Amino acid sequence: MADFTPSPDLAPPSLTVGPLGWVRTNLFPDPFNSVLTLIALYLVYLTLPPAIDWALLKADWSGTSREACVSGGACWVFVHARMNTFLYGFFPESGYWRVNLLYFVTIALLIPLFVKQFKYKVILAAINLVAFPLLVWILMSGGVFGLSHVETSNWGGLSLTLILAAIGCVAALPFGVLLALGRQATNMPAVKTMCVVFIEFWRGVPLITVLFMSSVMLPLFLPEGTSFDKLLRAMIGITLFQSAYMAEVIRGGLQAIPKGQYEAADAMGLTYWKKTGLVILPQALKIVIPGIVNTFIALFKDTTLVIIIGLLEVLGMVQTALNDPNWLGYSTEGYVFTAAVFWVFCFSMSRFSQRLEARLHTGHKR
Amino acid sequence: MKVKMKIAAIAAVAACSMAAGTAQAGKTFDSVKSKGFVQCGVSTGLPGFSVADDKGQWKGIDVDVCRAVAAAMFGDASKVKFSPLNAKERFTALQSGEIDVLSRNTTWTYSRDTSLGLNFAGVTYYDGQGFMVSKKLKINTAKKLSGAAICIQAGTTTELNVADYFRSNKMTYKAITYDTSDETVKAFEAGRCDVLTSDASQLYALRIKLSAPDNAIVLPEIISKEPLGPVVRQGDDEWFNVVRWALFAQINAEEAGLTSGNVDGMKTNKDPNIRRILGLEGVKGEMIGLKDDWAYQIIKQVGNYGEMFDRNVGKGSALGIARGQNALWSAGGLQYAPPIR
Repeated sequence: MADFTPSPDLAPPSLTVGPLGWVRTNLFPDPFNSVLTLIALYLVYLTLPPAIDWALLKADWSGTSREACVSGGACWVFVHARMNTFLYGFFPESGYWRVNLLYFVTIALLIPLFVKQFKYKVILAAINLVAFPLLVWILMSGGVFGLSHVETSNWGGLSLTLILAAIGCVAALPFGVLLALGRQATNMPAVKTMCVVFIEFWRGVPLITVLFMSSVMLPLFLPEGTSFDKLLRAMIGITLFQSAYMAEVIRGGLQAIPKGQYEAADAMGLTYWKKTGLVILPQALKIVIPGIVNTFIALFKDTTLVIIIGLLEVLGMVQTALNDPNWLGYSTEGYVFTAAVFWVFCFSMSRFSQRLEARLHTGHKR
Repeated sequence: MKVKMKIAAIAAVAACSMAAGTAQAGKTFDSVKSKGFVQCGVSTGLPGFSVADDKGQWKGIDVDVCRAVAAAMFGDASKVKFSPLNAKERFTALQSGEIDVLSRNTTWTYSRDTSLGLNFAGVTYYDGQGFMVSKKLKINTAKKLSGAAICIQAGTTTELNVADYFRSNKMTYKAITYDTSDETVKAFEAGRCDVLTSDASQLYALRIKLSAPDNAIVLPEIISKEPLGPVVRQGDDEWFNVVRWALFAQINAEEAGLTSGNVDGMKTNKDPNIRRILGLEGVKGEMIGLKDDWAYQIIKQVGNYGEMFDRNVGKGSALGIARGQNALWSAGGLQYAPPIR
């Protein structure tokens, strides 16, 4: 008896697989979507080629002055020539290595936190919390260990943006946790009231007002001669403002923890701090990672507001450069560069938060 | 915007009431002398007046005013530190003692001079508001601007001056305000307005920002008086004298033909006026509390007024502004300094 040999499978219809199939199912599934696709393609055709032409093909890349920009496209020479001021502000050139070292050490201190095998994450995080501001102070300000003193008025550019954002984030998180816990503490009315007043006050005023007050009003109330560093005032303002937002984000997490968790921890005889530290916060913080990172990203972009008090972070330095008589008229290049810098940092933060969520995922997600 | 204005108003009120208290205390001259540098408030970026160059060094006419003060004080024009300031915080910074001198294209007006507890030490630049129009319009006088759409950079005096000018000439206009000079220029270029108005010194910078600067002209009419100069706190006349005479020395030097290039050679010159300026005979430095060669140091390190002007805003710069009202009185301008004797 002859064995039954099934004839080989037919290849699927060529229009349903491969790139062609993808195009058909995703771009042209029906007349309405086909029209939309064509319109979108037309818009891309209208905008993309001129943009690429301007930014890449017709752009000028090398040179040192505006005479090098002749081809009619983007003048990246401008960005290139001013790059040091964009990155380091008014930091003396001989001290650039200090800023670079700060970047390097910060990254080196942060990396172990993301290595799975590293066991002392909590200890390192606690050390970082104290060490980071100290490190910023030693390397940027100097005056110790034979480093020359650099006044905060000379800090600027991207390094200032990063310092403001990093200090804001590092300081706001613990304050935010305490405020959120305080607001939940129904058995301590005084503490609760203070936390509510603090949060509602700082959340109720715009950051621009806080910065303006710290820069313009505060010095008038201080006795003359006591100069209180402008950058420090701004940092304190940003931290207070940011911790109010952080507190509300974290409170959202605290409320999401089922009552049973609190009761179970109580039933085990844990003290308040043990209950909070071992049971509640680890779960609550995990839930609100997207919210926390959201706040960080918002803060990172809000740092540009310090220009209103004459601190020149990266956008401020770019805007100053736009007023250089030797480089007038290259504002588009300057703003495109700034946008790219901000996008890179904000996108990295966003990707990082997604990785962190995946890492800490223990089946709590729905 | 509303919030900002309100805060500015509160700040101004507070500033006024505090000014009397802060003005009397402290001797700026002594404190500058003992700390060894001049803390100078400048703009965060204004073409030709104060702007950071590719190396992060401050350049501009407002910057040079402070360098001249440092040269007079310490014989070293580099002993000055700059605080970039926003327009709204500039007076507070001076009143609170954060800076020693404010050199930030600040217009000398009655209310500022009298009610803020401050003194204007002189005029470094006679500015005034002007108009720039597209050549296509074939207009050569501001009198024909009736009905025009005007791009204005938001800033109270600029807007008020336009309103005054058009009302007194019985003309109508449509104002389109923008927040930054870049936006204003782009709007003008895109044809959203026929006219762009700003301080004349800035119109030249804005013109360079156009993709085709030759297609626009600056009209001859100047509709406001904007004398710009350095400001100090009231209550320290010694310091006020130093700032005022640092500028006068530069103007006198230009009049006498002293430049940073020839000043060393001029030391042997017999002209008594030149010898007095250089501190070689007659007047003594101690009258103003400085070394005898204080004016020499300014001329040597910063240059005379004409050099400072040309280098930053005049022929030697990208802006190429003509001297106009800022020429010496002997050349038909307004720059006039009392003699050093």
